[in-house]
This record gives sequence, C-alpha cells and structure tokens, in this order.
Amino acid sequence: MKLAYWPGCVSRGFTPELHGSMELVAPRLDLELIELDRANCCGAGVIAEHNQELVDTLNARTFAMAQGVEGAAGMMNICSTCQGAQSECQERLDADSGYRAQINATLEDEGLEYERGAGWWNKNFLWLLVEEIGIDKLAEKVVRPLEGVRIAPFYGCYIVRPTKRLGYEQHPNRDKYLDVLIEMLGAEPVEYAGSHKCCGFPLITMNRTTSLRQAGRHLADAIDAGADCLVTPCPLCHLNLDMQQPAASKYVERDLGVPVLHLPQMVGLALGLEPEELGMHKHVVKTRDVERKVAALAAA
Amino acid sequence: MPDSYTLNIRRYDPESTESAHWQEFGVELDPERSVLDGILQVKDREDGSIAVRCSCRAGICGSCAVRINGQSRLACNTRISDAARKAGGKSISVEPMGNMPVLKDLIVDMDAVHWKKIQRVVPWLLPDGEAPEREYIVDAEAMIDVTQSMACIQCGACVSACLALEVDRDFVGPAALAKAYRFVGDPRDGQTEERLRDLAEDPHGIYDCTHCFACIEVCPKDVAPMDQIMRLRRRATGDFAIKDKNNGYGHEQAFVDIIEKWGTLHEAQLLPRSFGDGSLVRGQTEPGAVKQLVESLPTALRGLKSGKVSAKKVLAHPKLPDQDQVRRIFKEIHSKDERLELNMYIVGENAEDEQGAQAEAGGER
Repeated sequence: MKLAYWPGCVSRGFTPELHGSMELVAPRLDLELIELDRANCCGAGVIAEHNQELVDTLNARTFAMAQGVEGAAGMMNICSTCQGAQSECQERLDADSGYRAQINATLEDEGLEYERGAGWWNKNFLWLLVEEIGIDKLAEKVVRPLEGVRIAPFYGCYIVRPTKRLGYEQHPNRDKYLDVLIEMLGAEPVEYAGSHKCCGFPLITMNRTTSLRQAGRHLADAIDAGADCLVTPCPLCHLNLDMQQPAASKYVERDLGVPVLHLPQMVGLALGLEPEELGMHKHVVKTRDVERKVAALAAA
Repeated sequence: MPDSYTLNIRRYDPESTESAHWQEFGVELDPERSVLDGILQVKDREDGSIAVRCSCRAGICGSCAVRINGQSRLACNTRISDAARKAGGKSISVEPMGNMPVLKDLIVDMDAVHWKKIQRVVPWLLPDGEAPEREYIVDAEAMIDVTQSMACIQCGACVSACLALEVDRDFVGPAALAKAYRFVGDPRDGQTEERLRDLAEDPHGIYDCTHCFACIEVCPKDVAPMDQIMRLRRRATGDFAIKDKNNGYGHEQAFVDIIEKWGTLHEAQLLPRSFGDGSLVRGQTEPGAVKQLVESLPTALRGLKSGKVSAKKVLAHPKLPDQDQVRRIFKEIHSKDERLELNMYIVGENAEDEQGAQAEAGGER
C-alpha cells in the first residue's frame, strides 16, 4: 500500500527512534511511504490557539501535498497530536465551502488546493493497522509473539477525543485498538486508570506541577497494575512519560522506572526486529527488562 | 416492550458506618427510556433511600449529571439501551460525578467546587460608565461569538471529567472559564482586559488547561469549554499581548515564531524562547527565565545522554525546502485586520451545500 507519509516534527526531533522504527517496520507491512518532506508542522494545538485561519491554511497545505501523491491510498501520520490537530482543521475545512475556498486562495501561489472528498483520509498508524491492513493480515506477519509481556496502552488525548470529530461514528472501537493490537501481538494488555487520560505534555512549560503530576500518576497506576512497559502512538506523550519520567517521579513522590515504547517499536519487536535497530537504547528509561523478556522469547 | 437492564449504583451514606460500595438493581424499561428513568424506578420499587438530584427530566435543568459507565453525562439524556450497549454485557455503572466531594449516593457537593469556581470569574456584566436610560443595544452579530458559552446549563459534567482538575484542585476549571468567556466576549462589558489579565496571571487560570478535550467530549450542550479557554488565550495574547508569568504568552509566541522561521518545530529553542516571552535572548538572560531554564536542565541532559538529543540538533535546525511559502502564508494572514474564525457552533445553518458536514477523520470506507 502506497501512502503519503507525514512523520511530524517530534519524530524527527527529540524522538528520532520513532521515525526510524517506522521506516523499518513499513516494508515488513508492505507499506510504501512517500514522505511529505516539504510539509509543515501541524500546529500541535498551539497555532490553533493563536490563529485558526493560519493553522487551517498550514494544514490544508499539507493535505493538498498528500492528495498530490499519485497512487496513494491516503495519508498516514505517526503522532496522535498531529492526528488531532489536523482533524480539527479538516473538520473546519470540510464544513463550509466558502471558508475552504478562502483558505485555498492563500495556497494558490504554490499551485496547491485541498479538495474535500469522502474517499480521502488521514490516519494515524494505529488506525491504519486495524482498518486498512487488518488485524488478521498483521497476525500472519508476526514472527515473534510477545508472549508474557505485560503492556499498558497509552492512547494520547488527541486520538480519543472529541469522538464526533475523530470518526468514531464510523469506527466506534478506535479507543480500543491499542488493546486489541497488544493482544494480537501475543502480549497481555494491562488495564489501568490512565490509559485514555492526558500525559500532561501541553502544560510542561506553563504549569510543570500539573503536567508532571499527570504523567507520574498514570505511570504509577500502570506499574501498580503490573505493566512491564507502556506503549503509545504519540511522541509528545512519550516525551512526558519517558524523557520527563525521572522528574515526574518527584512530583508523585515515588519511584517509577517503567519503559515506554513507541507503537512502531512494539509492532517491530513482534515482526522480528531487534530492540537496538528500533532505537530502544535511545530512551531515557532503560528498556533492558523488556528486551530481556523478548530475547528469552526468541531463544524459546 | 420493556427490556431488562441492570444498574450498578455507587452507594454512600455519610450517616451509616458502611463505606462506599456498589449495589446492583434490576429494572424493566422500554429501550428508549433514560438511565434516570431507571434510577427512579429503582428508587420507587426497591429502595427509596437512593439519593439522586433531578428535576426537568428533559436535558434542560442540568440537575442529574452523574457518571454512567465512567463517563460524565446527564442521566435523563442517556438512553438506557445505549448505556447497556456501552457497558458491553456488564451491568450499567452509575456513580456520582468526579472531582467533587460526594454528599450521598449520586449527589455531589456542587457548592464546594463548581459554584465556588463560577463565582471566581465574576459571572456578571461589568459595563463601563453610566447605565443607559433604557436597555443596552447590541448588534446581533456581536453576540454570535458568545452564544456557545451561553448555552451552558451548569450541570458540572465538564468539571467532573476535567483531567487538569484531577491533579490540581485549584484549577479554575472548564465551566467557570467558559463562563468567563461569556463576559470577555460580550461587547457591553467594560473589564475585558482586566478579566483576561486576571485569568492569565493566575497559575490555575487559562494556562492550567491541559488541552485534553475531556470537557468537550462530555458537555451535553456542545459548549466546548476547552474551545472557550482557547478563545480566552487568543484574546489575551493576540488582542492585549498580556505577558503572563506562567509563560502562556511566551509559549504561544515562541511556537508560532519557530514555525514561521523553520516550518517545523525546533524543540531545543522552544523552552528558552517560552521562558523569555518568546525571545531567545531574554529567555537566556532574564533572571526569572534562567531559573526556569536551569530547572529544565536535568531533563535536557538526560536527553543528551540517551542519544535522542544531539548537540547538532540543539544548535541547528533545517529549514523546509519551501520555507519561503510558509513565511508568505504567515505574513498574509498576520497582515489581516481581523482574525478569521469559522464558528463551528453556528456553521451549518448558512453552509449551503454541506449542512451538518462532519469531517470524518477516517473517511468512509
């Protein structure tokens, strides 16, 4: 399947292991990724807070570039925040033809135009795995079932709310896909309070206490529920849950120390890729224990 | 034809020695009846001591908000068959709202949290100058912007669901901030800047919202409190350039400037610029900013040590190949006299060809 691919900023910035692991996993799933290397930041909610017309124009630009990729089935992103921020713009662009024309007029200089069409989509890798590739197809490709690994899903707000905007009417189980996937890959999904809550990242510069209390609490809940690691489709969640974890530990006054995997890393492990090539050594919280469990599986 | 349903109700009586617990009750109801109808049937037929608040039973008064299957909702506005389906074969759980102390069973102390926060934002008009002899005359157009926040029925569902309140009890919260916008956006009010400055400087004000969409998801009246909070931020930064000590202004400015300059996010510059009201120089020289920067150093060092952040990445960031185009877009839109906002609350009535169009993020298959 050929896809217009928007990796986002953070996957090439502070979580390079995310973009790297996605590139390794893609060919194993027969995905041909055409990277949108001229596209701009989605705005991550911040540009929307600043000026809606600006963020709608910037994302219409990205959509237009994606629509221009010949033979692509659709557009894929690997960041919950990109998904949410872009879906918000798409909702406005699709709602009113006059507004859309005005936004497109600004793109004319570049010869770009966003076209509203029922067939075109922009999906996070998580949605794509379940809806476009299909769980059964994916199951056929698993060479190393992650048996015995207890994985706590962390979805990221931007792909679970608001359900009206995020296509839940057509796909009502989108808030369960990570659980389904974990189970299908042979691992055990961990139920805990924080799976669909906020990692606190949007507040890290403005209210560090509120931000890291959120991250710390969810990590603690996952640990108490017996998780070996968490998995998330959002690199911003990863920053607060992994990179900030030692700091978060102080805000909840307890030891933490639970690794957080990116979605393509978890899939990659089950497809037979090694932790090192998936960039797991680049995490702040060491992934040794999970790696050991996975290595034992390979030996068995 | 009535169907059988099971309600699992959270019970708590402060006057008994029993701790809070769950109790299951069977009900017989037509599938289109509400969860509130179910609770009232249990109260009527099985246990008159169940405490629940309700009045209109029609989604107007906002009295009966509870958590159904964990989600904050009006019980009268939730079909019992839908709730049963959501529960997926288990009983329908019904518990009091979150983030507020429970008084008894399904009743929470709205005064202690919700109403106190509403008072915090001075929820009445503060006009300038002498009152006119007759009524204030306002353009209908000028009120469109506040109609959404006026739709609030004070049910507290958003307060119950708020994920920032869950960890910060002092957060002014979604309902009160939506109410604040109702007056900030009102052309008759004379304290617009003062209201905004107050809520921007408060460490638990508009910059304590974690942007999680929980309030938008649960609001039975589509008030979208988080969107109102973003409107407050937009007015505070865009119209009044309020440079708050919470870095709200700095963060927005820094982010926008970085994307205008490079097209994608240069993460290493986001923090210092945010701490310096958007300026990289101020962010590294002003005492307040430097203190915050030092606090973030351990995290940055951990990033460097793990190899995810390299010195090269910190110092240099590539421009997009077509960055001139991105800059042109910024310039064109920033040069407009007014910010264009598509009001999704009212759009559809005038959108001739696409009434009720919902962007389907996933599209149709």
